[in-house]
Amino acid sequence: MTQTEIIDTLKSIVKPYVQNQQAFETLDEKTDFVKDLQINSANLVDIALDTEDAFGIEIDNESMQRMLTVEAALSIIEEKRAQK
Amino acid sequence: MNPQKKRVVITGIGICSPNGITIPEFLHSIQNGISGIRFDPQLEALGFSCQISGKPQIPESYILNYLTELEQRQFNSNGILYGLIAGLDAWKDAGLKPNDDVDFDSGVIFGTGTSGIDKFRESIYKIDDMQTRRLGSTSVIQTMASGISAYLGGKLGLGNIVTTNSSACTTGTEALLLAYDRIKSGKAKRILAGSTSDSGPYIWGGFDALKVCTYKYNHNPEAGSRPMSETASGFVPAAGSGAYVIEDLESALERGADIYAEILGGEVNSGGQRGQGSMTAPNPVAVQRCIRNAILDSGISAKDIDMVNGHLTATIKDGLEISNWAEALGRKGSDFPYINSLKSMVGHCLSGSGSVEIVASLLQIKHQFVFPNINCEDVHPEITALIDASKIPTQKIEMPVNIVAKASFGFGDVNGCVIFKKY
Repeated sequence: MTQTEIIDTLKSIVKPYVQNQQAFETLDEKTDFVKDLQINSANLVDIALDTEDAFGIEIDNESMQRMLTVEAALSIIEEKRAQK
Repeated sequence: MNPQKKRVVITGIGICSPNGITIPEFLHSIQNGISGIRFDPQLEALGFSCQISGKPQIPESYILNYLTELEQRQFNSNGILYGLIAGLDAWKDAGLKPNDDVDFDSGVIFGTGTSGIDKFRESIYKIDDMQTRRLGSTSVIQTMASGISAYLGGKLGLGNIVTTNSSACTTGTEALLLAYDRIKSGKAKRILAGSTSDSGPYIWGGFDALKVCTYKYNHNPEAGSRPMSETASGFVPAAGSGAYVIEDLESALERGADIYAEILGGEVNSGGQRGQGSMTAPNPVAVQRCIRNAILDSGISAKDIDMVNGHLTATIKDGLEISNWAEALGRKGSDFPYINSLKSMVGHCLSGSGSVEIVASLLQIKHQFVFPNINCEDVHPEITALIDASKIPTQKIEMPVNIVAKASFGFGDVNGCVIFKKY
């Protein structure tokens, strides 16, 4: 899986929860899920669970807690995939 | 203005019933005696004694009008869906829109017996399977008792009281009276009130075990719900939701809203599970007192009542209910008002029953008719000994309907009675 494929998958996971479509269109590594995309913070757990399913990984509590930006999500996905 | 003199009216209604999920469809059904009772293969597969039920028939695509695609993800709470359909439709019917900003004058009092029992079951299986972390974000909001009022309050932006009441089969009638009291006291201008019930085996199983549901009509579902009939053999389990926008008359007139009826007054009480009352049986002293006090509160006389919409579930207690009405009203034989039971068409919607039946009562006032009792060609002799059989219509009657009394009774020996008047 290339980095672009990972980002595309992550975008498709995040999309249904996004409340600021403009920020979603210009999404990059620095994008913050809550501040920029205005995702309801309760939905962050759904995003984490969907990410687990999509990549066949398990995201521990600490990782889930810091999974607030695209950058953090990508590094967690990378780290957990490497551990598989 | 003296709050004691505030008048309270109903300006919008919504329904999600086994025989109709829109007001026009429901009106057509109750005018023509159309049953919503069907054979229930799931109850058969689970070995229930009663294998018929009344469930609102909701096309998959219709749900999108009430829940976004995102909200439908992991959604598994049919009682909340029924409540949203009835509640949001009632709000719209009242000529109101979802608020962009919070509206502190409007609230929700929307009752239920349980919430999201299917979601609860799903969650319990996950927890026992060591999957708690995979419950997702909506397990709490779907299973908390106040889930339905929280969903409605959020969708409409309501900032007055937002709560859920619960008093078994009296829930919907109680919700209306709680809203009425709050508006009458001047603490709110309008309240979306109503009640809902989940459907399915996990709600109905306990009643099947209590042997209060009929098992004799599995091959003839539409004949199964037979209130007041000699061949009644228990209620048919059902579910649904009714909703009403209760409003200060002044506010309704200011908005130029259509008015379904005025709430003249009402009463809720309990028999204390004393005397003949118990957890599951009503104390007749309390039932009669509830009806009498509702009439007193309304400032009318018992002889002014044109018709009664009873609780009448099709169990052995129907005769006792008629006797309580006859005693409380002091009217017997051919002097008794017309009486009907919606349960003959939709079954017993449990915590949703009061509200579904109140919507039917309001439609009778608005359209000036008495809906027929189906499956009641053979009125129980215990009942005809008290009131004339002609007062239990089996065909629709078109007549002036000015004042209607509606009562609901529930487990826990609780009672509620409300008096409506054509405005």
